Amino acid sequence: MSHHSNEPQVVVLPPNKEKIRHLWKVAGILLLITIFEFIIAFSMPHGPAKTTIFVIMTIVKAGYIVGEFMHLRYEAKVLFWSVLIPTLFIIWMLVAFVYEGMKLSDINFLGY
Amino acid sequence: MSHSTATTVPGRSVWDGGVSPMGVSYGKLMMWFFLLSDAFTFSGLLITYGLIRSSHPAYTGLHDAFKFSHEYWPVPEKVYEAVPFLHGLQLPLLFVGLMTFILIMSSVTMVLAVEAGHRMDRKAVEKWMLWTIVGGITFLSCQAWEWTHFIVGTEAGTTVKAFVNGEWTSRTIYGANLHENQYGPQDFADFFFFITGFHGFHVFSGVLLNFLIFYNTVSGVYDRRGSYEMVEKVGLYWHFVDLVWVFVFTFFYLV
Repeated sequence: MSHHSNEPQVVVLPPNKEKIRHLWKVAGILLLITIFEFIIAFSMPHGPAKTTIFVIMTIVKAGYIVGEFMHLRYEAKVLFWSVLIPTLFIIWMLVAFVYEGMKLSDINFLGY
Repeated sequence: MSHSTATTVPGRSVWDGGVSPMGVSYGKLMMWFFLLSDAFTFSGLLITYGLIRSSHPAYTGLHDAFKFSHEYWPVPEKVYEAVPFLHGLQLPLLFVGLMTFILIMSSVTMVLAVEAGHRMDRKAVEKWMLWTIVGGITFLSCQAWEWTHFIVGTEAGTTVKAFVNGEWTSRTIYGANLHENQYGPQDFADFFFFITGFHGFHVFSGVLLNFLIFYNTVSGVYDRRGSYEMVEKVGLYWHFVDLVWVFVFTFFYLV
């Protein structure tokens, strides 16, 4: 670590107020969704409707984290789709495996 | 796909070399593809959890009358209801909610560090990186407590019947490990340790990387380099860790 006279001259820019405010707004949205999830968790009976709400909330949160915090929304379209399209396989995997699990349940516990 | 409008030389597309078609540096692009592969790893784990869970019978009785049993998959909020220093109180999911809050906040401080890096503001990067590290360590400490509580178990334990040496005997199990589990089927405990453990390991390596970035910032490496892009790359990783927790929180604790 040399700290001699050849230290580079760094120009520090002032804080980007608008951007920072936007980031805090996104943080606020994420917290609100989490609080909303908590309210749902204790006010709705277990069932497909509750699970659907949780999944939608989760995807909205994921969208904000990836799009805003990870800045993907503002990247080149090619990069955006290169990251997003492969995740379709995850959805297919989810549907296939959970369906398989329910069939296993039928075989194991209902004696089909 | 290659019919991009941003051609450099007439008749040549951005894919013919010389420019980066995705508009990001090599390191950042590779971080994105690493995170994509990591997303597949976590999906594999969480979806397998879904498979095993849906192949077990669900608890169908009254919510308040819930008891731990090996016969059915437990209701998560009945398992995770303890909070440090509030022994004996039933506060379902409160502590996990707090952990979620801590991780989201550390993601916010990380993105503020990235913003400061764009402005070459060393002091601000130091401040926000330090907050991010504090958030990460707090999360890990919470998880250590959560694991300890899960392993030690409830005071009453769960009494199970077992067929040993030709006769039925009953014994009481306290807590969970990889051999037995008071909360429900053995797979439930195994998945708890594996999925939250794998995520916790990501948080741990994230804290190490964040510390490295903090160290380099303090010693002026990025000022000399003229770019704080490393903060962005590690920031991507840190946000991903937060993202995974959002999914773990939903599919492991809420659903």
